Amino acid sequence: MRSFAYLSAPDIDTALHAVSAEPNAKFLGGGTNLVDLMREEIEQPDTVIDITRLPLAEVAELPGGGVRVGALVRNSHLAAHPLIRERYPVLSQAILHGASGQLRNMATVGGNLLQRTRCVYFYDTASPCNKREPGAGCAAAEGFHRNTAVLGTSEHCLAAHPSDMCVALAALDAAVEVRSVRGVRRIPVTDFHRLPGATPHVESDLAPDELVTAVEIPPLRAAANSRYRKVRDRASYAFALVSVAAALEVEDGRVRTARLALGGVGTRPWRAREAERVLADAPATEEAFDRAAEAELAAAVGRPDNAFKIDLARRTVTAVLRRLLTTDGSTP
Amino acid sequence: MTSTAAASVVGQPVSRVDGPLKVAGGATYAAEFDPGPGLCHGAIVTSTVASGRIASIDTAAAEAAPGVVAVLTHRNAPVLPYHEHKGLTDPPEGERIHLLQDDRVRHQGQPVALAVAETLEEAVYAASLVRVSYRPESAVTAFSDAVAHAVPPGPRYRDRGLEGDGGRGDADAALGAAPVRIEAEYVMPRLNHNPIEPHGTVARWSEGELTLWDKTQWVDNVRAEMAAVFGLPPDRVRVVSPFVGGAFGSGLRPWANVTLAAMASRHVDRPVKVVLTRRQMFGITGYRPRSTHRVALGADRDGQLLAIRHEGVSETSTYETYAEEQLGSSEYLYACRDVATRYRVAPRNVQTPNDMRGPGKVTGVHALECAMDELAAALDMDPVELRLRNDTIVDQSTGVPFSSRSLRECYQAAGERFGWSRRNPRPGAMRDERGRLVGYGCASATWPAMRQAAEARARLLPDGSAVVSSSSSDMGPGTYTSMTQVAAETLGLPLERVRFELGDTRMPTAPVHGGSWTMASLGSAVQAACAEARRRALAEIGRADADLAAVLRQIGEPVEATVRTEPGDELRRYSAHSFGAVFAEVAVDPDLCTVRVPRLVGAYGVGRVVNPKTARSQITGGMVMGMGMALTERTEVDPRDARPVNSSLADYLVPVNADVGELDAVFVDEEDPHVNPLGVKGLGEIGTVGVAAAICNAVYHATGRRVRELPVTVERVLGAAVR
Repeated sequence: MRSFAYLSAPDIDTALHAVSAEPNAKFLGGGTNLVDLMREEIEQPDTVIDITRLPLAEVAELPGGGVRVGALVRNSHLAAHPLIRERYPVLSQAILHGASGQLRNMATVGGNLLQRTRCVYFYDTASPCNKREPGAGCAAAEGFHRNTAVLGTSEHCLAAHPSDMCVALAALDAAVEVRSVRGVRRIPVTDFHRLPGATPHVESDLAPDELVTAVEIPPLRAAANSRYRKVRDRASYAFALVSVAAALEVEDGRVRTARLALGGVGTRPWRAREAERVLADAPATEEAFDRAAEAELAAAVGRPDNAFKIDLARRTVTAVLRRLLTTDGSTP
Repeated sequence: MTSTAAASVVGQPVSRVDGPLKVAGGATYAAEFDPGPGLCHGAIVTSTVASGRIASIDTAAAEAAPGVVAVLTHRNAPVLPYHEHKGLTDPPEGERIHLLQDDRVRHQGQPVALAVAETLEEAVYAASLVRVSYRPESAVTAFSDAVAHAVPPGPRYRDRGLEGDGGRGDADAALGAAPVRIEAEYVMPRLNHNPIEPHGTVARWSEGELTLWDKTQWVDNVRAEMAAVFGLPPDRVRVVSPFVGGAFGSGLRPWANVTLAAMASRHVDRPVKVVLTRRQMFGITGYRPRSTHRVALGADRDGQLLAIRHEGVSETSTYETYAEEQLGSSEYLYACRDVATRYRVAPRNVQTPNDMRGPGKVTGVHALECAMDELAAALDMDPVELRLRNDTIVDQSTGVPFSSRSLRECYQAAGERFGWSRRNPRPGAMRDERGRLVGYGCASATWPAMRQAAEARARLLPDGSAVVSSSSSDMGPGTYTSMTQVAAETLGLPLERVRFELGDTRMPTAPVHGGSWTMASLGSAVQAACAEARRRALAEIGRADADLAAVLRQIGEPVEATVRTEPGDELRRYSAHSFGAVFAEVAVDPDLCTVRVPRLVGAYGVGRVVNPKTARSQITGGMVMGMGMALTERTEVDPRDARPVNSSLADYLVPVNADVGELDAVFVDEEDPHVNPLGVKGLGEIGTVGVAAAICNAVYHATGRRVRELPVTVERVLGAAVR
């Protein structure tokens, strides 16, 4: 690990001024991803700004029924919070399906948003990776790419976004609040992460001097009937092959509201708008669910190691939506 | 703790005597030893090509980095004698890599430099600044290319009894004539050693004498190899390794960390510590080699085996030949007149594989037992019944009787506990309460009972206690505990008055801690040394029936005996193996094809069980390894450049607690009067054997799908195109 300067910020302004003065600085929250990356020599910040003392660890109800989550709220705390469990079970479940208990106790909401891909070549500094070293090439395209994406890929990068939490946030239309010395702005989660295109090293809309301060989740009645399903190689502590966040509201046998997002298959947390479009006002049947999944996955590009994910994602979407129906085909 | 009646100590479920030390953090592991002032840290720089020469190596930036003491490369490293040394655990063919002795690169991950600095962080950073360029040379990087040039293991393996070609009768003719035949290919990926303690060494030179605190299963071999490498008399090298944080075979050979620590320590004239990173564990230590097996079975309509043809090929390196006894079990496990085996090794530009728990057997039995299940399906016969119908009391590969064999009893005991009779034979016919497809599968397990020469010392003290020692290791099976039991029982002293010590070359010589032979070998020596010491003490006062503790107090000074024991000809008169039967239940999601294993039940005939508690732990731990092999573990080696790509514990998936359901292991009563004085056959490795086959067979029963390539991942059950 390269030596670095360490600053523990006592307040938000200090943190923002420090980061705007230092072009190669990183904020340190739980450190569960950043420190690993520093040890692997993938991240080499000159300055690490510890933000864990900042007052950003509150979960608060918003007027109108939404919830505001501070960027430093620990993943395990958020998953266990009564407001989240009641109103957004999909979010609670998604978080609990990620990492391990120890990691969730440390990891923060802001850090989870910014965690980096698990593509094996990204982690191996001896291999070319456009995300790590722009222009170097992509070792995964013709190499092992079982854990890479099938949606949103480019010729430069196939890396999947690894987060579970973000998949649920995408389905819930959450927004990210970010601050810098220049002011405050809000970015929809679905715009926060970027597609790789020709610049896979630019992973989010966040400017280098901006700090994630909160995530706001708007009210959504359908979210009370929501689920997260994660398909993975082992029962815990594994990244998703495919995951699905879904919320469903059915009225008179027809879909009134459907929210869907996919994990493990997208280069970013994948909001399945095409599937939602097909589901809108469709009969709440397995055939419709299947058709919706197929519509979303029509654009998927599979490669030898990961093509199975397309079929698996379709099966998972259908299975999750089916589970959200009561035995009489309605929703609670 | 109450005093345990001495005479009944062997066979009791005694808790680990070293347990309190371990849970309280009092057990000192290799990299935790304090060698005294001046300790510095070494970080290894590894190669990024599979084959070639180092064209240039620039260490200027590394040398200028803060805290750096030295940067060693082939250009400035001391020239070492590297005298020939072949321990029992070294491949007999080929030669180990001579570290930093020349510009040649033979595999990805080979050490090409060592940065030595005041702190670990400084060393790691300096290592990252070393710039190496290579002149790559042609390399065999893909397993499939290596297989095309596979060869027999070689003459030195032949001398050890591993020919490559074996069997009896005419298998091809018998297969041709058999009314029922199956033939299938099974693929088993490379599996990496991932003990939680990575390999690490602290080296210190003092007046020409080298002390190494190392993680190893065999201190005496580390001493012998380092004596050869550095051209020292063995008595100038001391190796200390009292605790091992898991090894499973990874501690059978000294890896680069040992030589590099010793080399650097001499170079900078300070103690040096070198610990492998997790990534380096995938490029420097050995592993269970990738292999492909083809099995053909022929039987009559009653299920009597008429022919077995079993061919296997596994990867090895280009500079050493690592070969395993993969096919031997196909020659002795069942009665069958016509058997042919053919084993080849495929040299590839990778580091040399090495033994991993149940080496050879885990691989070969997997293929054979999956094939047996396919044969049972072809015969429309119960898979247990098929095995029992081919049971034998004679080892047909040698013609001598088994010293003991309880395969039938194991199937009965495990099958009953498992509830095999509830199995609906039709695939896909069983469901659990959650609607998941349920499958039941079984497989046989076997591991040879071997024994080596061993030496132990018993020292009886005037206070009525005893210290017994030998240079063995305890990588986890409970050697401290079981040897204490044998000693206490033999001496007639309470357990808590006996201390067993191990892991130091200054102690009497133990064989390598592996092969499931420690109890048979060292246990016999401990028993003999304790018996002799007791005899001497009692002889001193001329009474054979006195209380030993009272006698020792009366003598007033220590009484000592060091005894070496070795096997006789019993293993030529008998074929000695542990046998077992393992049953697996799987639950498969019908939509998503994820496989879970709610239950594994095994029964084993292993001779006498010295400690049922640690023995059960051994077996259930082995079962979990087998579960990993079945469902999650594989080292992905990039066929373009032979580089392992998933070299971390986040990407190389070993089972976690949530994967492990109910584990049940029992031992059938078995008395083996032939195998060794203690009547033990060994149980360290058999727990892993057969587990993956039982799980694959259960997956077939649940789904009707044969997954013949491990691990059984979602896509393989889905039936999608996979590599």
